[in-house]
Amino acid sequence: MTPLLEASGLSLRFGAIRALDDVAIDVWPGEVLAIVGESGSGKSTLLRVLSGQQAAEAGTVRYDGADIRSLSEAALRRLSRSDWGFVHQNPRDGLRMAISAGGNIGERLMANGARHYGDIRAEALAWLSRVEIDPARIDALPRTFSGGMQQRLQIARTLVTRPRLVFMDEPTGGLDVSVQAKLLDMLRGLVRDLGLSVVIVTHDIAAARLLAHRIVVMRHGRVVEEGLTDRVLDDPQHPYTQLLVSSVLAA
Amino acid sequence: MEQGYNFAYLDEATKRMIRRAILKAVAIPGHQIPFGAREMPLPYGWGTGGIQVTASIIGPNDTLKVIDQGADDTTNAISIRRFFARVAGVATTEHTAEASIIQTRHRIPERALREDQILVYQVPMPEPLFRLEPRVAETRRMHALAEYGLMQVRLYEDIARLGRIGTAYNYPVMVNARYLMSPSPIPAFDNPKMDRMPALQLFGAGREKRIYAVPPYTPVKSLDFDDHPFRAIRAPHACTLCGSTSSYLDEVVTDDRGGRVFVCSDTDYCQSRREKAA
Repeated sequence: MTPLLEASGLSLRFGAIRALDDVAIDVWPGEVLAIVGESGSGKSTLLRVLSGQQAAEAGTVRYDGADIRSLSEAALRRLSRSDWGFVHQNPRDGLRMAISAGGNIGERLMANGARHYGDIRAEALAWLSRVEIDPARIDALPRTFSGGMQQRLQIARTLVTRPRLVFMDEPTGGLDVSVQAKLLDMLRGLVRDLGLSVVIVTHDIAAARLLAHRIVVMRHGRVVEEGLTDRVLDDPQHPYTQLLVSSVLAA
Repeated sequence: MEQGYNFAYLDEATKRMIRRAILKAVAIPGHQIPFGAREMPLPYGWGTGGIQVTASIIGPNDTLKVIDQGADDTTNAISIRRFFARVAGVATTEHTAEASIIQTRHRIPERALREDQILVYQVPMPEPLFRLEPRVAETRRMHALAEYGLMQVRLYEDIARLGRIGTAYNYPVMVNARYLMSPSPIPAFDNPKMDRMPALQLFGAGREKRIYAVPPYTPVKSLDFDDHPFRAIRAPHACTLCGSTSSYLDEVVTDDRGGRVFVCSDTDYCQSRREKAA
């Protein structure tokens, strides 16, 4: 078996700040990989570089064996609307707020060439119930939805094309804890059912423990520790990871 | 012919620049070509783009017809026709069959056009993705990569809300199965006439500084869904004046007690049918 996504030697500076400093990372098929670290540690930058939204100054990212920098812009965009998905922290960045829930879910299907209204509609209804939104609200605008519903709608809209690899940037940020728990539960089910590979960026250690198979800990643009989730969280080796794990509040 | 102006108002260098844009537009059907639109002696929105295209293709032997919403006798049509009669000294006509160049605002004549005719459209907004994608740079990229899913989403929204595609004018089309194009605000009823039309179709947008074209016999397809095919919408009446049941109709209010009649929007078509019947 070969990794789905392989990155090595990634470096990127913003002025004097090293956002990424010789980062290497592999994502295997069907694996959920969490990237944790404090704000400003380069997590989100890494996600943008891995998903081809930003170029690194050095290093390569390979998807399915092909360097994503060698792909044409057309091929990269095709990849990111079919094989890949991106879930933003703020659902407003990922949704079209002036378009109904059904239209939001159908957009990726139509972008990939679906031209049968009835089929698109049926798929949208199926996905709404899958993410636990009342299918009767298919024609409602996302702005009439609660924050948690908007986030679930964004997930439905991203997963409708059955991507192989999904990037998530703090998907539970900005939600209250009970809604977070529900969302995490739903995500766990979807990841298992669809056999997705997921790269999830979070500063929430508990969310990482619940979802991820493997954890990468970042600090100042470097990977300071990586390993199986339970190993990293129960037996942290690096002083920074120890600090991070001991800072989690117990209820 | 008015003295003191170059033939057809624009100077020769400007006409050559516009002709170059037109040639490029014909070579890439449906693709918008930027050009250096000039100030014209009438305001934006009155057909400055169409006039510049007409001025750069017209010759002394041409016969010009100008229509506005299908009519030959409205202010816009009369003043543009008179403008070219004054600055180019060309013959003008109201008969579709006699014209070699037809400049139009918002209609395609009912009578089928021939290979030796050119149809010039006045275009207010050339970008079909306008209102869907606010960034111009992004719309260019979408055209370059032929990513038109977003336009399909708009049609989806129409059907979800209204049960059918509600766009009655400026209905988006795919030209030569490659470029998404705004047909200018002609009624959707006229869209099928653009498909494989024997005449050359040129589109000029003065304020937005774009020219695009559909060469003769080019396939032009209105966007739709497999289970909601495109339908040309027409008022279900006969023309009160000529009795036509196949032409595009205008609804005209006749009094303040709810009286109304439906008449052909193409005045030349209506007139010639009435003359034939008489």
